[in-house]
Amino acid sequence: MTVAREEPGADARDTYVPSWRRIERERHKRSRARRATAVAALSTLVTGVVLCLVVVGAPGWPRTRETFFDARYAREAFPVVLEGLWLNVRLLLACGVAVLVLGLLIAVARTLRGPVFFPLRVLAAAYTDFFRGLPLIINLMIVVLGVPALRLQGITVDPVLLGGAALTLTYSAYVAEVFRAGIESVHPSQRAAARSLGLSNRQTLRYVVLPQAVRRQVPPLLNDLVSLQKDTGLVSIGGAVDAVRAADIIVGRSLNYTPYVVAGLVFVALTVPMTRLTDWVTARMNRRQAQGGAV
Amino acid sequence: MSGTTGDDAAPVLRMESVRKTFGGSVVLRDVDLEVAPHTVTALIGASGSGKSTLLRCAGLLEEIDDGAVWLDGEEISDPRADQDAVRRRIGVVFQAYNLFPHMSVLENITLAPRRVHGVPRAQARAHARELLDRLGLADRADEYPDRLSGGQQQRVAIVRALAVRPRLLLLDEITAALDPELVGEVLGVVRDLKDDGLTMVLATHEMGFARDVADQVCFLDGGVVRERGTAEEVFGEPREERTRRFLRRVVEPGRL
Repeated sequence: MTVAREEPGADARDTYVPSWRRIERERHKRSRARRATAVAALSTLVTGVVLCLVVVGAPGWPRTRETFFDARYAREAFPVVLEGLWLNVRLLLACGVAVLVLGLLIAVARTLRGPVFFPLRVLAAAYTDFFRGLPLIINLMIVVLGVPALRLQGITVDPVLLGGAALTLTYSAYVAEVFRAGIESVHPSQRAAARSLGLSNRQTLRYVVLPQAVRRQVPPLLNDLVSLQKDTGLVSIGGAVDAVRAADIIVGRSLNYTPYVVAGLVFVALTVPMTRLTDWVTARMNRRQAQGGAV
Repeated sequence: MSGTTGDDAAPVLRMESVRKTFGGSVVLRDVDLEVAPHTVTALIGASGSGKSTLLRCAGLLEEIDDGAVWLDGEEISDPRADQDAVRRRIGVVFQAYNLFPHMSVLENITLAPRRVHGVPRAQARAHARELLDRLGLADRADEYPDRLSGGQQQRVAIVRALAVRPRLLLLDEITAALDPELVGEVLGVVRDLKDDGLTMVLATHEMGFARDVADQVCFLDGGVVRERGTAEEVFGEPREERTRRFLRRVVEPGRL
């Protein structure tokens, strides 16, 4: 029988010796943990084998593999899809910044008091109601396909710019609602404390309410940005050669759907770092607030 | 009673026939109050008797339905009064501290001096550190509120209210959320402020403290001031049966 080691952190004068109860309990826990690991490994193996057999043994599998997972087409598609993805990334960055700024302005507009701001409040509310309800695909078709049909002087017909504008319109409405929820989640007692110090309504919003609201809403905001990142693929409907359109061109030529799968996987691969970023930012914020540190 | 305080010095705060309702229930029925400079007024009474509402009305955090409130002779319940300017002259300390969680202690304290009163940053910080030092919190200046004990948070809240050098300080059951062993450190601060001559109105359940520190005690009951007088009068020989009953109820469990 092994004797348990000295308690971690116990000081030298502590003459604690683990009792037979503790030794017995720990031995039992260890054996249970070993068994749990073994069971998990076995169960994973069995599940994996069964899944493989089911998928590979299914009647349509050879044709499915040929159509969606053809290595030759994957190799051909990958470089062009990546090249197209650069456009999606640039769209994401530009629209992301525009959406955050516009969304915040709309959310703040909805909280403004005073009769002068009445039309602004109504406009902001109408805007969010409208663009949250309007399907993004219709918005895109109207802006990307419809606007060039107007043949207006000085208005771009570039599908990338128009697509970005349409994405910004819709996502600003979503993000405005996220900001508004954040503003409303700040407890009224915080506002009371700020006003009791003599801060005006505007100063209260700027120094007390918004900083807390924005901080609290970082996870849902990043969530919307992940969504936006995926939806940048929709600008392909106007003919802009992004990752989706690049895959589409090869599919159209070869009638093999592997390029779509490649494009899809590339988007998935792009969202994983975004999700990690969300976790990291949230953790860092919590740490900073808990720690104190430099002012 | 209330007339005796008004002659030698004009009252800092005066409330007349104040009425306040919340959705049909009358919280303040007809309240008169006068607070002379450099005095402490304690509002006592059961929960729901209107103490907190009275303070919130005085601090312009609630709008009164009827009656009037004066601060240094200026009617602040007048809708034409500059309410932000009035609030600058009244400090409020809340039961739940209401510190700003995203700001350090020092930032909490210097926010209003810097943004509202235009005090330069260095000067505001020096003043804040001086006040923190006086309240034994000098080493806490760079902490965030959630790293402090309840007693420390409440003392920071007091410093924050004092940093703008208010004419009147309103204290709304500031020890009610504290563990019993932390009550003393906060009440000690209030005693020191009284010695400095600060005018204060406080709602409290700490009868022993009210008896000790208050120049004027008001017993609120059902939205009216049922009885008022010096601490000796109200605690020593209450005239009203309701006051006697209330004091028996809160004092017998050993609070005095």
